[in-house]
Amino acid sequence: MGRSGTPPAMIEAVDVAKSFTLRRRAGRGPRRVRTTLSAVDGVSFTVGRGEFVGYLGPNGAGKSTTIKMLTGILTPSSGTLRVCGMDPSRERTALARRIGVVFGQRTTLWWDLPLRDSLTLIRRLYRVEASAHRRRLAELTALLELEPFLDTPVRQLSLGQRMRGDLAAALLHGPELLVLDEPTIGLDVVSKATVRGFLERLNAERGTTILLTTHDLGDIERLCRRVLIVDHGRLAFDGDLARLRQAVAADRMLVVELARPGPPVELDGIEVVRTEGPRQWLRLPRAANAAAVVAGLAERYEISDIALREADIEEVLAGLYRGDHAYTPTPP
Amino acid sequence: MYALLAWTWTRAAAQYPVSMLLLSLATAVVGALDAVGIMLLFAHTPRIAGFTAAEVLFLYGTSALAFGISDILLGGAERLGQHVREGTLDALLVRPVSPLVQIATEDFSPRRFGKLLPAALVLGLALPRLDAPWTAGRVAMVPLMVACGTVIFAGLWVLAASLQFVLVDSHGATKSLTYGGAFLTQYPLTLFARDFVRGVTFAVPLAFVNWQPSLYVLDRPDPLGLPDAARFAAPAVAAVVCAVAAVAWRTGLRHYRSTGS
Repeated sequence: MGRSGTPPAMIEAVDVAKSFTLRRRAGRGPRRVRTTLSAVDGVSFTVGRGEFVGYLGPNGAGKSTTIKMLTGILTPSSGTLRVCGMDPSRERTALARRIGVVFGQRTTLWWDLPLRDSLTLIRRLYRVEASAHRRRLAELTALLELEPFLDTPVRQLSLGQRMRGDLAAALLHGPELLVLDEPTIGLDVVSKATVRGFLERLNAERGTTILLTTHDLGDIERLCRRVLIVDHGRLAFDGDLARLRQAVAADRMLVVELARPGPPVELDGIEVVRTEGPRQWLRLPRAANAAAVVAGLAERYEISDIALREADIEEVLAGLYRGDHAYTPTPP
Repeated sequence: MYALLAWTWTRAAAQYPVSMLLLSLATAVVGALDAVGIMLLFAHTPRIAGFTAAEVLFLYGTSALAFGISDILLGGAERLGQHVREGTLDALLVRPVSPLVQIATEDFSPRRFGKLLPAALVLGLALPRLDAPWTAGRVAMVPLMVACGTVIFAGLWVLAASLQFVLVDSHGATKSLTYGGAFLTQYPLTLFARDFVRGVTFAVPLAFVNWQPSLYVLDRPDPLGLPDAARFAAPAVAAVVCAVAAVAWRTGLRHYRSTGS
């Protein structure tokens, strides 16, 4: 288990892969053909103590499969994986005491029990000392505002309340690592803000390492100092947000308002992606000199207004998912 | 840990006390009807396959008791397929307690004890009526065979559950292993074809739940002509069944594929 000397990284993944064998009916006969589906295809990364990492990727990219391997639910087909210095699939039960896991899509609480009973049961399952449990429960109750619904059966909770309950349940045993699979999915603006604020404090004040998957870009921009992007089962990016914008060399957008409506403007190196009356959207490659382009336009057209927009993170990700930009991850 | 989880579920069930009571009662009545059926059978014929009413009731009682106890302890394991299908097994796997314990205790309710009552009654009724040459060994064999039978059935529950990792919708098929086994052992095996008896002796070792030990208690010859040692093999067989079940369970877990997202 724990090795002596320097504390090992929280997560160490080396060439981790997971493939599933599918049996499909071939033609009309009873014969079946085996095909291999590679969900995660050789992913390597390291997450250190105290990091806050976003694990992103389009649907079906292998995010959940990775999370399930990290938590010991699935056994990797190949590669080596260490979480808290342990092999998750072989030492699943021991690892469970040191990590907290939250699935946004489904609860880990007992459906028919009041939240308070679920949390008491969790204390027994994890063998948490009564005094430590009381202290943490009081703290979590205050931070997550659980008091009003502690005695309500879980099935009657709203999604936002349930998620806060799930977060409390995942943290009652004081895990070093918290793994969240889409924790803000389906939540309203207020609930999202509560959850995000809570995670931020947890990471900053307690030093809990957090790894989360999400499709919510607000989560990423507000929380994640580091981003891992997986696509088609492979790691497509590893770095911080600023580097992500830079690395994919996202195009900027020049919004030009002409004096009067006209055909799309023509200029070397730019492309008009949209026109709306006198307003036109021009895609500006990263390498292009914005000042020169503006000057060139002003020479040929009569312009009443102009604005330059940095690509937002959503466009950067969309570009990356589409494979617009080739990017080879380099070790940080 | 098992007791703790079971107690929690019992409290949850106690939220609906009337339903709990009626279900316990219904379970007991259904169990008792089985025994009544056997009695009715003997109203028409003094012997079935060479066995008297008391002897058949003895077989029924020991089997039903062993099955009932194993059902209380591990019967819930047959829900595994449902958890695999719905992906809810994931949530059980991230807790530091065996998912088998978590599933077996799920929905634990005192009504499961309803089955034990008629089984114990039938056994209590049959024992004094047996025409057996009671020795200390034979008396000791009765609780031992119930214990071993319980362990064998428990192993079968786990084995049946393990199959559901692979055959997700095999709920019905795996039931034949457990409930089928329970039904089979309630009657003298001489009632069935010889090849079939061989099958349940060597393949799925149901014959050791109560048949082989009963041959000893009732001092009867083995129709298959197995050596006398077979009559005392129940503990060894129970151990083997458990070992096989444990391996199957681990293999199943390793091959668990979870669901999308």
